[in-house]
Amino acid sequence: MTALQADKTLDCSGALCPIPVIKTSRAIKEVEVGQVLKLIATDPGAPPDMEAWSRQTGNELLDAHTEDGKFVFFIRRVK
Amino acid sequence: MTKTDPNGRKRLALIASKGTLDWAYPPFILASAAAAMDWEVGIFFTFYGLTLLLKENHPAISPLGNPAMPMKMPFGPESFQKISWPIPTAMMAVPGFNALATNLMKQTFKNKGVASIPELRDLCCDCGVDLIACQMTMDVFGFKQEDFIPGARVAGAATFLEYAAEAEVQLFV
Repeated sequence: MTALQADKTLDCSGALCPIPVIKTSRAIKEVEVGQVLKLIATDPGAPPDMEAWSRQTGNELLDAHTEDGKFVFFIRRVK
Repeated sequence: MTKTDPNGRKRLALIASKGTLDWAYPPFILASAAAAMDWEVGIFFTFYGLTLLLKENHPAISPLGNPAMPMKMPFGPESFQKISWPIPTAMMAVPGFNALATNLMKQTFKNKGVASIPELRDLCCDCGVDLIACQMTMDVFGFKQEDFIPGARVAGAATFLEYAAEAEVQLFV
């Protein structure tokens, strides 16, 4: 698998619910449709919340993994 | 207000009935999170919850009569912060104790990375959350429209019920 390339990166380290979700919803509007947003978060609620957020907004959660103790998400703007 | 959104957005209808610092959080967190998911959101502020719409609002907390509230310190080493202090009820009635508890809780929220109530309220305003002030409560407590933040509108129970009738999620806080 080729490494995912992000068009924009958002770091929400240290912020708890609902800030990562809110900042993601703003940041996704700052990339073009089809482009990819990378989100970094430390909120333990972020993994299930980003899945729910993606389902609800129709954006595509391409990948979610842990890196150096942080949660990393790649989200493609669909609409 | 009936649902007219052609895009079929989901709708969240909340009632905020409490105005203390702790209970100010759930409605603003749920509302801003729902707005972040492109949901339409309305909050009906009634009784003590109405104070959350005041321009000058400094929600406080009282540990008195709240035995479930963990009494912990937001500073010092981790082992110290983990201690749940057994504060006697009589001490909670001492003047200044509520202010102390309020400041400690605000500091705890800040340390943990939780947004403040003014920040969350501003977020809700920016996201277009419909902030509905209960007319009846305004009359009871003597509030005027100009006491509230500009984003607030005034209406009654029927308005909220019509709004809630078309919401996928309705919650009372």
